[in-house]
Amino acid sequence: METVKLKGGSPIFDKIFKIGVTIAGTYVLAIIVLIVIQLTTNSYQIWAQEGVSFLTGSDWNAVEGSESYGAAPYIAGTFVTAGIAMLIGVPISIGIAMFLSELAPKFLRSVLSFVVELLAAVPSIIYGLWGMFVFRDYIRDWIETPLNSALGNNVILFSGTPFGLDIFTASVVLAIMIIPTIASISREIMIAVPSSQREAAFMLGATKWEVFKMAVIPYSKSGLIGASILGLGRAVGETMAITLLIGNATGQSAFPSSLFAPGQTLSSIIANEFPEAANGSLHMAALIGCGLILFVIAITINIVAQFLVSKVLKTHQGAVLA
Amino acid sequence: MAALESQQVDRMETLTRTPIARSSIEASRYKLVAENIVASYNGIAAVKGVNMKFREKAVTALIGPSGCGKTTFLRCLNRMHELTKGATVTGKVLLDNQDLYSNKEDAIIHRRKIGMVFQKPNPFPTMSIYDNVAAGLKLNGVKDKKIIDQIVQGCLEMVYLWDEVKHDLKKPGMSLSGGQQQRLCIARALAIQPEVLLMDEPASALDPIATQKIEEMITELKKEYTIIIVTHNMQQAVRVSDYTGFMYLGDLVEFGETKQIFENPRNEITAKYVQGQFG
Amino acid sequence: MITIEQRAEFRKHFRNNISRRVATDKIVKGIVFGCVLLAIIPLGSILFEIIRNGVPVLSIDFLTQPPGAVGSNQPGGIGPAIQGTLMLIGLSSLIGVPVGVLGGIFLSEYGNNKYGQTIRFFNDVLAEFPTIVIGLFAFAVIVLSLGYFSILAGMFALSIIMLPIITRTTEESLKLVPVSYREAGYALGIKRSVIIFRILLTSAKSGLITGIMLSVARIAGETAPLIFTILGNEDFFSGFDQPVDALPLRIYRLANLPYDSATAQGWGGALVLILIILSLNIGIRYLFLRKRRGGSFRITTGG
Repeated sequence: METVKLKGGSPIFDKIFKIGVTIAGTYVLAIIVLIVIQLTTNSYQIWAQEGVSFLTGSDWNAVEGSESYGAAPYIAGTFVTAGIAMLIGVPISIGIAMFLSELAPKFLRSVLSFVVELLAAVPSIIYGLWGMFVFRDYIRDWIETPLNSALGNNVILFSGTPFGLDIFTASVVLAIMIIPTIASISREIMIAVPSSQREAAFMLGATKWEVFKMAVIPYSKSGLIGASILGLGRAVGETMAITLLIGNATGQSAFPSSLFAPGQTLSSIIANEFPEAANGSLHMAALIGCGLILFVIAITINIVAQFLVSKVLKTHQGAVLA
Repeated sequence: MAALESQQVDRMETLTRTPIARSSIEASRYKLVAENIVASYNGIAAVKGVNMKFREKAVTALIGPSGCGKTTFLRCLNRMHELTKGATVTGKVLLDNQDLYSNKEDAIIHRRKIGMVFQKPNPFPTMSIYDNVAAGLKLNGVKDKKIIDQIVQGCLEMVYLWDEVKHDLKKPGMSLSGGQQQRLCIARALAIQPEVLLMDEPASALDPIATQKIEEMITELKKEYTIIIVTHNMQQAVRVSDYTGFMYLGDLVEFGETKQIFENPRNEITAKYVQGQFG
Repeated sequence: MITIEQRAEFRKHFRNNISRRVATDKIVKGIVFGCVLLAIIPLGSILFEIIRNGVPVLSIDFLTQPPGAVGSNQPGGIGPAIQGTLMLIGLSSLIGVPVGVLGGIFLSEYGNNKYGQTIRFFNDVLAEFPTIVIGLFAFAVIVLSLGYFSILAGMFALSIIMLPIITRTTEESLKLVPVSYREAGYALGIKRSVIIFRILLTSAKSGLITGIMLSVARIAGETAPLIFTILGNEDFFSGFDQPVDALPLRIYRLANLPYDSATAQGWGGALVLILIILSLNIGIRYLFLRKRRGGSFRITTGG
């Protein structure tokens, strides 16, 4: 009886089904378009009021009557924290990926891959909690204070009073958070390098490191850049850990100058000030405007990254010429 | 195809009719000696204790049906097999009486002395033709640009590629045709001045004309190098090799002069295989 | 042609640099292994601190009671937060799972064209989106139009976060179903939709469940979008027009309170949250990921 049932299905139902799944697929696209529309209309007020100076200004005053908003310090803070996180995170991630794809013995490979995945699964808020109550003390006492007392008077980067809740701590925790993303994608990309490439280098008498430099890196370069940019996208949009760790400065003082000073990012100002902003107020429009800026930054980064990564992972055979 | 086959038969006849200069071969010494090589993947033995001696400046062919272990054996000869995950090797490989397996570190030195050409051409895709050939020289610390130029040109000449690419040395290696890429890979292997050349079905991915070029080149290279070639193609073994080893199920069944193996095999399985009854 | 004399001459230019190169190789291997240790230390420390600080707080009351008054000696619990998180997972799945699975079917069965590629691309882009932006979007669409913070807004936001993960895993697991299954169906004259429902989805079931579990693990820890949607609440769920609490949001609030008892409760909440997420992940790993080649599903958490 089952086969008889299976033979059913009218052509009309087939068509309806196709339309149905197409709509479901399109939902994603619709959401992205709606996000653009909603963020734009709900932040329209701030663009009308401040114009370009919302992007370039650094005032942040929510007092009624003298309201003035400029997002420049938070844009800078976003890029600075993400940039430092990349500086720390990318080399470590590539190292981990190299270990997992080229060096680790079989049993370590699967265990460590799992550990890296677990790191990626720890929620942001838990990184924040750990950073605030555990890591902060270590980073302040072991790194920030020594650097500050040795160089603080001469190098503006290390000046200020190390407090542990600042741009540096936020960036380091951010680095820890993006490492699993970059490492696991880089690992996949390195594994996709055909073994014939490695063999060619081994045949010439290369050591493992030389094989890596000669055969693996050139072949996977654009994919590794893509993986790193994907990590950058994560870093830029990261909210909760940063909000808890960056010290939350506003206005002019939020401009990043010293690593050991409090700062602010686009996402952290939104999370911090949202509860204080009244619906329909200019303040709210300013926060949603920050969201729009973040959206533009993130979508640009992500499109570039997806393009690079998918290109590499889909070209299994044949060369990937940059 | 028919024309090609008849051509091959012609060549075979020419080869069998022309007496090989026996005296020179017999006088040559053993360059490479494999003693009791056992190789396995994840505990499953692919090569089960093979002993084989390879004459200097001669071509030795390894033939046998798919999965007989001939490629695995070849890869043991320059310690390439152990790079595969889950692969193990035991036994000795003596190059000029020095055991390749005596010291773990030395694999790097030995691989330089024993060049290898793979089934499919594998030039480095991001490197130019020139850089592909020079890749191994840079590893070995050759800095003199003039010497590098000389070696690159010399090696490309040896593989009959120089005239075809001398104006395009800066072009990527991948821009060449399949046959040219394979010759480029041979040039790359020759550039580090190896003493032995291992070839793993070097022509299996190539068209007949490219194959013919490679075979001519092997005959020429034999004057200088000890060559060991794995091949599926029995006519090819007859055309290019002086000695042939027939492997079956991980064992070396019969090993002797090519003429003897093909015309007068002593083993029953060898006879069946060379007559094309299985494979 | 290179003569024998030339070869001898060439060899003279080869540097005897093996020991230096091998040393470099060893140093690099050491550095690389150091990178791995650097990544493991934080994970170890996080798990250690969560257990050390979280376990003492655990009790039946802690898991079932609402929070006590701020700064008071009655610590209370995280009952409403656990309830809210479970409700959010269930409700988000109501939208996220069907739309995601249908979207995955579209990509796998009808997506072999320009339009399909576009959708696939933007699906991947949405998967990597800052979740705070999705939270703001849900705020603008649901909260502003309804006029109140509620679990509905939270469920909308989290369903958007689930969606691309489920779509992607559905597509990948459908593509792993052998072509012969489809061909057998077509040969019998069965309609495409029926083949998909009766044959393909059944064969791809474990992949689908993996995708759903992955997406649940992901949204369980999401915090940023909840600030703009469910707002947080000290009490248990009291209606679809009321703010609700959720575990990650409660941890955030507790972390921001200047009392040691609040911090301790934050660790307790973190322990419960990480147990939920780890058990989902380990479940996925051992039940399903093994069967899949490559294992490229990425479990990640954002904002």
